[in-house]
Amino acid sequence: MKARLTTAVMASAVALGVALATPASAKVEGDTIILGSAISFTGKYSTNGIHAKNGYELGVKKINEAGGVTVGGKKYKLKVQYYDDESTPLRTAQLLERLVNQDGVKYFLGPYSSATTKAAAPIIEKYKVPMVEAEGASRSLFNKGYKYLFAVLSTSEQYLASAIALAAEIAEKNGKKASDVKVAMAFENDPFSLDVRAGVLEDMKKYGMKAVIDDKMPRDLNDISATLTKVKALKPDLLVLSGHSKGAATAARQIKELQIDTPMIAMTHCEAAKITSKFGEATNDILCPTQWAETLSYKDDLFGTAADYDKLFKATYEGYKNVPYQSAQATAAVQVWADAFERANSFDVEKVRDAIAATDMQTFYGGIKFSEAGNNIAKPMVLRQIQNGAYNVVAPSKWASHPVNWPRKAPSN
Amino acid sequence: MVLVAAPVFNVQLLLDGLFIGATFALAAYGLALVWGVMNVKNLAQGDFVIMGGYIAWWLGTQGIHPLWGLPIAIVVMFAFGWGIYVTIIRRVIDKDLFTSLLATFGLAIVIAQLLNLMFGPEVQTAESDFAIRQILGVVTVAEIKVLAFVLCGILALAVVIFMKKSRMGQAIRATAQDPRAARVMGIDTDKVYAFTFSLNAAICGAAGALISMIWVIQPFYGISYSIRSFVIVTAAGFGNLPGVIMAGLGLGVMENYSGFVLGAEFQQATVVGLLLLVLIWRQIQQRKLRQVVS
Repeated sequence: MKARLTTAVMASAVALGVALATPASAKVEGDTIILGSAISFTGKYSTNGIHAKNGYELGVKKINEAGGVTVGGKKYKLKVQYYDDESTPLRTAQLLERLVNQDGVKYFLGPYSSATTKAAAPIIEKYKVPMVEAEGASRSLFNKGYKYLFAVLSTSEQYLASAIALAAEIAEKNGKKASDVKVAMAFENDPFSLDVRAGVLEDMKKYGMKAVIDDKMPRDLNDISATLTKVKALKPDLLVLSGHSKGAATAARQIKELQIDTPMIAMTHCEAAKITSKFGEATNDILCPTQWAETLSYKDDLFGTAADYDKLFKATYEGYKNVPYQSAQATAAVQVWADAFERANSFDVEKVRDAIAATDMQTFYGGIKFSEAGNNIAKPMVLRQIQNGAYNVVAPSKWASHPVNWPRKAPSN
Repeated sequence: MVLVAAPVFNVQLLLDGLFIGATFALAAYGLALVWGVMNVKNLAQGDFVIMGGYIAWWLGTQGIHPLWGLPIAIVVMFAFGWGIYVTIIRRVIDKDLFTSLLATFGLAIVIAQLLNLMFGPEVQTAESDFAIRQILGVVTVAEIKVLAFVLCGILALAVVIFMKKSRMGQAIRATAQDPRAARVMGIDTDKVYAFTFSLNAAICGAAGALISMIWVIQPFYGISYSIRSFVIVTAAGFGNLPGVIMAGLGLGVMENYSGFVLGAEFQQATVVGLLLLVLIWRQIQQRKLRQVVS
């Protein structure tokens, strides 16, 4: 009995040894390329984590249906190996170590959120394995000199920068100087919103605009009427706000209540906070940035137009009334991988990494081209305006489907 | 300064401050009651407020006007308070300070998480559909805020009359003065405690219902109301209803002014800074009265 147990233990030890000794070959199994991702299926990011997973899966499915990826004259299928990081950055890091060391995965898709991506980046760099991420927008991910991290989405400091450009454009159209535009800013005191603020400040500097208000809202502040009263007193030309969903909801409610008549208002998280259904007409003409919209005229050969992707996604997954941009950008990340493998024509990690870095492609999600720092510089944030309760793209003008309403109609009773 | 150049904005800040300050005062009065009568410092005070808010908001989503949510929140929260007293507070009331602090802190966490599980982390607001009036050109006054202010006044008055005239109110005051003597006189102090705690929960529920209509609520906003209540009670002292009302209104106005002048980031810092000043002032004041016992 004891002898048999010892044999069994030894056998498994040998098996384990073999497994550990040959991680390099496990990244491609037969005719399948394995991509790895630790992403949130449970915890506070689970809703969006699952949106992202659906995006990854749709990308994989569509690419495989179209014949897969050709490397060295042979066709390969894609497959993603997932782990649930429980929405905790520490777990993301552990699971990535596991994917590299035990599962031998060398190619990665990102987790959901900036926080978990921040935890993932050092692991990726340590093992020199590339990751194409689609859900971490913080600008702090792209100023640390990471070499193996690439992001298909626009970074957070771009979120409201397009509103500044639009304000400048409108001022010039009205015969005023862009530098005459007075800006009021209210941002939550958290890393994401301060990133957004940094981008706004940068663009304001470019145009020589002045900030007349620059308030930072504490995390549990549920009243910004003092700030908004200041807005009434100082009459800025543009009001920009960012504070996640709760900031958007509070702002929309009090903009209505205080009848703020600023001609142009831009804020993040309008859709997430469902401000149109909650505050109705008072939200008309508010500008909201988005990574992607199904009405954009972006297109590629695999999915067709953004609208085609929208249709396909809704047909594939039940229960979606709108396709979240989190899903669209996840799909785009898979497309980047497929494209990079074909151009590298190799499974060598360094060659594939260089191919990703040289990506320059058009997708239904927008253009993708990475800067030295790894963020996507080919796709702008688009600005949508709430027009009669519908979100219509109004800027940048190249992608606009509707003209912008200016000045904004102030809410009244 | 803008406030000097355009004094009309003072009116806006003052009104907004007073309207919201009234609800602060209401919640703080409940805290003073429980603190004074039972010597329990209820850290779940703010979460009771938010719970009341969710009751009114939820009824609003069911097609019942949130104003009707006010009496319902009062009743539901009274029952809830009774349940909490029987299950938790009764066991910690004669223990030391830290036991009751820990118990109510735990309660605060449980309530916030339960609300989060039931209603999600989104910010909610109960639509009252009242008009928003414009006075003096630029000052806007939401009718619901005026109504909430009046209701706060009526509720405060009702509580005062109840404490003065009713048997239960007298029993509560007797117990607050000396629980042992009250027991000797045949007052069921356990029942008095239960009633006091439930009354507090009901008052919080009312404040919360009003807040859900004039501001926004979210499961984790409770703590800021707890802090405000503590600041007000510490500043005014318990058993001092006019003081609580003045401190509550003053706090609301103060918050709005500091938000306007210093920026939103200092709005709540001012509140805590103010508390510090009050405590220092008290310390100095009491030093004069203190005598060395040798």
